[in-house]
Amino acid sequence: MAKKKKKTSSKTRRTKEKIKAKKIDFAPKEEAKRELKISAIEEGTVIDHIPTDATFKVVEILDLENQKGIVSIATNLSSKKIGKKAIIKVGGKSLSQEEVNKIAIVAPDATVNIIKNYNVKEKIKVKTPDVIDNVVKCSNPVCITNNEQIATKFYVVKKDPLKIKCHYCERSMGKEGIEII
Amino acid sequence: MEFKNRDIISINDFSKEELLHILKVVRQIEQKPKSNLLKGKILAALFFEPSTRTRLSFISAMEQLGGTVIGFSTASVTSIQKGESLWDTIKMTEQYADMIVVRHPLEGSARLAAEAANVPVINGGDGSNQHPTQTMLDLYTIQKIKGKLEGLHVGFVGDLKYGRTVHSLVIALSHFNPTFYFIAPDDLQIPESYVDDLYKKKIKYFKTSDLNRFSKELDVLYVTRIQKERFPDPLEYEKFKGVYRIDNSFLQNVKKDLKIMHPLPRIDEIDKSIDSTEHAAYFEQAANGIPVRKALLALVLGKIK
Repeated sequence: MAKKKKKTSSKTRRTKEKIKAKKIDFAPKEEAKRELKISAIEEGTVIDHIPTDATFKVVEILDLENQKGIVSIATNLSSKKIGKKAIIKVGGKSLSQEEVNKIAIVAPDATVNIIKNYNVKEKIKVKTPDVIDNVVKCSNPVCITNNEQIATKFYVVKKDPLKIKCHYCERSMGKEGIEII
Repeated sequence: MEFKNRDIISINDFSKEELLHILKVVRQIEQKPKSNLLKGKILAALFFEPSTRTRLSFISAMEQLGGTVIGFSTASVTSIQKGESLWDTIKMTEQYADMIVVRHPLEGSARLAAEAANVPVINGGDGSNQHPTQTMLDLYTIQKIKGKLEGLHVGFVGDLKYGRTVHSLVIALSHFNPTFYFIAPDDLQIPESYVDDLYKKKIKYFKTSDLNRFSKELDVLYVTRIQKERFPDPLEYEKFKGVYRIDNSFLQNVKKDLKIMHPLPRIDEIDKSIDSTEHAAYFEQAANGIPVRKALLALVLGKIK
């Protein structure tokens, strides 16, 4: 016996059309799909090519937890340059070169785009600074900085591979010993 | 070259020329002692951990120059016990003195003290990190007993891992084209960071655990104590104590003019029979603490240029 064709209401039809229309608008290519994982921002900063294990260190260093605007984080994205990467988009805040340099110790290959009106207004390259102020914890437990309430300070002795030296206890450490405050 | 108001925190802060200038001033002061040079000046000696030679020689040097000394020799009598920070202790002390000498068990404490104070700060030892006045007196002793600093073959024996006097002297002597011999068990060998620096500066060095292997090459042998207080594990200390001993049998295979130094105190690293030989330089080394510290006190107060 042939099934009775269900009657579709005009309201349901309209909804379906809407969904269909959306699909056509938003999923044309693979590239666009990837981009959609984090929505575009009107004003702010996009930090790209962050190594995945450094994602939350970047959040900490830039104090994005206390950011008033929308912060979007996507991690484990494919990257031709570094294999797996993370992207952080910070709405409503343009990072300065000085702020950008702070993340160099954990994400030396990151690229930073300053966005204005949905367009890239400026590209900033992360540069390892000569001095790192109050970002890194000294790995030496008997360093005065781990025992008294003071800001840490490190000198960059070597940029690649990274080697830094504590201003106070003069101990050197490599990237593996670095712990963010 | 300006030394007035300068802090003396780390041997790394001094160039070869500055070190040579300090040694020149030490020589002057030793030849012509000036008894009233620091009259009316006050030195605060803040010793948060035990010290015999450093503390007493600073007090003696200051008093010989006509100055006075205030301070303490153990943290237990201070407000630190009440929880006062080092920063606050220094801010308070600078109101009472013209300069400060600080010894503290935490590394980097002297640098912090110098940042807190508006008067000159001299590091009297900050944990395993630096002890620059000891290094300057070691340099002065070597210059005096060998007649030169350039091109010497210098051996270091004992605890080269934790021994700050060794680390600082290696840095200071690196200005003078030396050859180094590091004699220690593998676990107490000189840290890699120092070796890396020597490699960069193209300074020749040898590492061995055998005390006698290079004995004939040495102009100076710098002996150090295995420092019990620097070992996190007491069992580790037991493993290494008494591992090297300089005695008459060692002297059979050395240069006639080998000089033996030791920052003291010694335990049993150098046999007492060595004291009366021409090789012993460690008591003269300790005595040099006075002119060296006199020179430094006078330099940072701008009384000598």
